[in-house]
Order: sequence, then structure tokens, then C-alpha cells
Amino acid sequence: MSAADTIATTESPRAETSERPHADGLKRDAFLERMRLFGLCSPALLLVLVIMVIPVGWLFYLSFLSDEGTFSLEHYQRMIDSKSYARIFRTTFEVSILTTVICVLIGYPLAYFLAQLPSRAANICLLTVLLPFWTSLLVRTYAWLVLLQRKGLINSWAIDLGLWDEPVKLVHNLNGTLIGMVHIMLPFLVLPVYGSMKAIDKDYLKAAANCGASPTQAFWQVFFPLSLPGLFAGALIVFVLCLGFFVTPAVLGGGRVIMVAMRIADNIEIFFNWGAASALGVVLLLLTMGILYVSSKLLKLDRILGGGSHT
Amino acid sequence: MSERAERAEALPIFINDVTKTYGKVFALDGVSLDIRSGEFMTLLGPSGSGKTTLLMVLAGFNRPDHGSVKFGDREVVRTPPHQRDVGMVFQNYALFPHMSVEANVGFPLKLRKVPQGEIAERVEGALDTVQLGGYGSRQIDQLSGGQKQRVALARAIVFEPRILLMDEPLSALDKKLREHMQIELRHLHEKLGMTTVYVTHDQREALTMSDRVAVINHGKVMQLDEPRRIYDFPANKFVADFVGESTFLPVTVANGTASYNGTALHTAEPPASGERYDLLMRPERLTMVEGRKPKDVNIFKGKVQDLVFQGESFLMYAELADGTLVPVRGIAQRDAMAKVPKVGGAVSLGLHKEDAVLIVADGE
Repeated sequence: MSAADTIATTESPRAETSERPHADGLKRDAFLERMRLFGLCSPALLLVLVIMVIPVGWLFYLSFLSDEGTFSLEHYQRMIDSKSYARIFRTTFEVSILTTVICVLIGYPLAYFLAQLPSRAANICLLTVLLPFWTSLLVRTYAWLVLLQRKGLINSWAIDLGLWDEPVKLVHNLNGTLIGMVHIMLPFLVLPVYGSMKAIDKDYLKAAANCGASPTQAFWQVFFPLSLPGLFAGALIVFVLCLGFFVTPAVLGGGRVIMVAMRIADNIEIFFNWGAASALGVVLLLLTMGILYVSSKLLKLDRILGGGSHT
Repeated sequence: MSERAERAEALPIFINDVTKTYGKVFALDGVSLDIRSGEFMTLLGPSGSGKTTLLMVLAGFNRPDHGSVKFGDREVVRTPPHQRDVGMVFQNYALFPHMSVEANVGFPLKLRKVPQGEIAERVEGALDTVQLGGYGSRQIDQLSGGQKQRVALARAIVFEPRILLMDEPLSALDKKLREHMQIELRHLHEKLGMTTVYVTHDQREALTMSDRVAVINHGKVMQLDEPRRIYDFPANKFVADFVGESTFLPVTVANGTASYNGTALHTAEPPASGERYDLLMRPERLTMVEGRKPKDVNIFKGKVQDLVFQGESFLMYAELADGTLVPVRGIAQRDAMAKVPKVGGAVSLGLHKEDAVLIVADGE
């Protein structure tokens, strides 16, 4: 026998069956597997139903009830008639937009700085960014009250240093509200931006340099556009959180900055008007969803939220 | 576009005593290398050998501890990467995902403030050169691996650099496409004529494409030569082992003759006394000898230990008298395979004098 025979592969007879073996069984297995997976997540679905869907539905229901318990649009009608509501909504949007813009201006360079650090140093710095999360929101807000007041630390230092002569009104107005809110919101911007910056392959910047881009050109034409998904996501989170913010503007605004959430609280605590509060809540919810929808259309948000990282 | 590129003059590269250390480790250990104008030079080495570090020094992304890099007469070792005017193809292509194919290829021209109309024209020309004409408006994530590779190449040549650097550009492609692209890159180089430095760990690729190959290990150039010379006459055991398949037989040297197992060998070049040598055997240079011993052929007797069918070729493992296992490759052709003894049978292996190369056994 020659080696050629040894090398030759043996032919295996192909099974000649016209049936499709196990077709039904395999289909049933696939179905059962889907059912089991559904069973695994059903507790979470139930929880979402109980704590999200039912209360929101109830909110809708209440907002259409008059004080006598009959169906009416009076709560919505009042919002259109009364000028104070328009002002409140305008203030809410103004504060939210300003907070978001300031957060972007401070947070983007901060995230960029963190993204350039070696991972060890970056982790430590990131921890300091996250540290405020471990302290109560209320405590931090009151701390700002102490720092910013007329005879507070910041005013006395500034006067000592000769930055200004008279105590500046830093709190109980828009200034204080913005300072406090930017402080609270900053981590929500820094984290997604940092994440998207870390996901940018360093080779893109090398390629840009190789093509002839100076470091500045490489930043604006390659790095910045690639970090935009994270920036949009972060700004959107901050903006939406600001819309419904209550504690900080209530404490630091000193009654001069009235946002929607505060009016909702007033409606319930002072006027005991659940219908009016619910209607405000519904309008705020719809406005937020509208903004999310429009921005998702404009900015292709599905790509941002569906993993903005480029590989 | 191609006419313009053909007119562009290539530049020689002079690398002199370039050293780069990381702590105590030498990534580059006093590398000196002259690359001729218009040459296709491959830096070949295993991972961690320093070949990529050297390429990055040329591109300006790695700052050496000392040394000189000249493009023609121009010293560039302290020139930042964006002022070096070299084209580069990255291993992972590094195409900008937020730009279309057109914008990617046009990017170097835009930065050079080339007028809008001319950019469009030259981008189309570069895409034609890499056979991607009409793909300009595609997005990067709509391209296959091979197409990305071509776009990266188009971006690297569109501004007609006189030096082109490539960092394992084909390693992400499958075998068939890779072999096809090797030939294509070779043709492109002939057409455009720019000095090309190509990094790979694939010895076959290096032999296929290059005018000359620099084999690099431990941050040093182990051998610099034409592919044929690298393969046939490796300068040391590392090169012999890294390039091609090889078996080493320890030989004894006496009176200017090498002998194995007591039999004197006919070798390509006589050994120098006082050195220890190994005989290099390439699987495809060994033949199966039947009957009378031909002239100038060394004979090794053994028995067939294993036989592997590999498609276009077969591999026979023969065990020599001292237990050394020697692979022998043959073309899987009917007549040749019919002659192969079956496993366990006796076999005589022949190695022609010209193929019997002695390598200094340096304990590598």
C-alpha cells in the first residue's frame, strides 16, 4: 500500500433522510428558553409596573379631576391663564439651560484633563469627582449657603483680597442657585464625557498628526467630534435632571428663583391641591419627553445611547 | 493624480545609532540602517523585537533617547509628526469614524490648504489608485476590512509623500485577501515609487514584498539583505530560525570539514575552525533519494515517523539515527506522493551541497 492511500481521507456516507430530525423538539427548546429568560426578568418588570407605570397613570388621572371630583381641564386651563405659571416654566428652563452650559464649560476640560492622566492618577481624581455623591444633597446645599452668604467665607475672603469692596449677593438669588446646581450636576456630565474620551483610540490622533494636523487641529477636527456623543449624553442628563430639581433652588434661591418642582411642592403642602400639582407634573413630564424626542431626532441620540464608542 | 505621484521624487532614509530604552530594556539598541531612495524595505521581527518602535521613531510618535534620523538631507529626529510629511498606514487603519471615505482621504489635503476643487479631484484619483473609485460618499462603518485597508492606503498616498510607512497593514485581513493585497501593494509601490518602510512579523510577507529585509530582534538589526539571501544564507541562528521552517543538526568541525554522525558533509562554504556549528535544513530542500547517491548530495538515513497531508503539499517527519526529527516537505502531486514510504518505513534524505548551510551555534 502506498502512502497516497494513507493520506487520502475516507468518505463518510451522508445520512440520507428526507425528514427534518428534531425540528419540533428544537423549536420547543427555543421557545422554552425564551420563556425562562422572560421569567427571570419578570420581577423587575413587575417592580417597574408598580413603582413607575401605576403612579404616573394615577398622576395623569388626578390632573384631570376637578376639586369636586369630576372630569375637568381646569388645572390645565389655569396654567394657560395665569401668567405666574409661564414665568415659572421660563425660569425653570433658564436655570436648566444655564446650569447645563456652565457644566459643559467646566466639565469638558475637566474630563479632558482626567482622560489624559495615567490610569492610576485618573482613578484617584475620578474618585474626588464622585466624592460629593457620598454626602447628602441637603448637607452640600446648606454648606453652600454658609459659604456664599453676605458675611460668608467667600465674601470675606474676596473683600480681604480686595477683589470687591462690598459683600456681593451670592445667595438667595439666581447666582446661588446656579452655583449650587452646577456643583451638584457636574459629575453627571464629567462621567459620560470621560467615558467617551477614554473610548477614543489614540491612533486616531496619531493618524491626524501623520496627515499633517497640528495638535490643535487634531483636537478640534478629530478628538472633539469623537467626544461629542458623550458630551451630548452628559448635557442631556444634566438638563433633564435640572428641569425637575427641587432642593437646591429652594434653599439657595431664597424664594426668588421658583422652579416647577417648587410650585408642585407648594401646591401640595400649602394649597393641598393634588390636581394642580399633578397637572404641573404631567406638563413637565411631557415637556421633558418632547425635548428628549426632538434631541434624539436632531442628534441621532439612538447612536449615542446605543454605545457611542467607536471601534 | 498618478502622473503627479510618479513625478514625486522618493527620499532615502538614514537612521544612525538610534537608541530607545524603557527602564533597563533596550527597545532599540543603537540601530543604524540606510534605506535607499524608492526602496521597499521591510522590518521583520517577532513581537517585542523593536520593529514597530523603529517605525514609530520614523513617523515621529516615539522619541528616541539619542540617534539621528534623516529624510534625505533633512534631520527629522526632533521634528514633530505633523511636520514630517510621511504617509502612514496604521495597523488598525485608524480611519476617522466621523468622516466619510472622501473626507478621510481628503483630510491631509484640507490641512495643506489645497483648493476645494483640487481636493475632490485628487481624492477621486487616490481612490481610483486603490481601486475604490466611487466609494467616496460611503461611511467608514459601511466598509469591509479590505476596503478600509484601501482607504487607509489612499489617505496615506493622497498628498504624495516621498516616504510611506506601513505598520502591519495586512494583519487584520484573512489569508486570501492578504496574499492578494501583498501583490497589489507591491504593484502600487512600483507605480508610485516612494520609499516604503513596511513592518511585519510575517516572514512570508516580508520575503514576498520587499527589495530588502531588515530582520530585527532585541532592538538590533540581525541581518539586512535581499529576501533570497536572507532565506538561503541567514547570518545567524536567530534569522535562520525566524525566517522559514528550519531544523538544526549539530555538526563537528575538524580540518576545515564539518561532519555529522561521523560522515563528512559537503557544505556550501567551509567552516572556520574553532567555532561550533549547526547544519541548517529546510523541509523543502530535502529530497527523498532512491538508489544510487547523486553527486554533491549529502545523505541522511532515517525512518518515516509521521505523514501529514496539508492540501497543496505534504509533510513527512523522518527520524534520524540519533533521534532528531526532521520535517520534509513535498508537493502533493500524485507521482511524488506515491514514492513516499509508509509510516515506519526506511527513507534516505538528500540535501544538496549548495543547500547545506552552516550556522554558528551561538547558544541562541
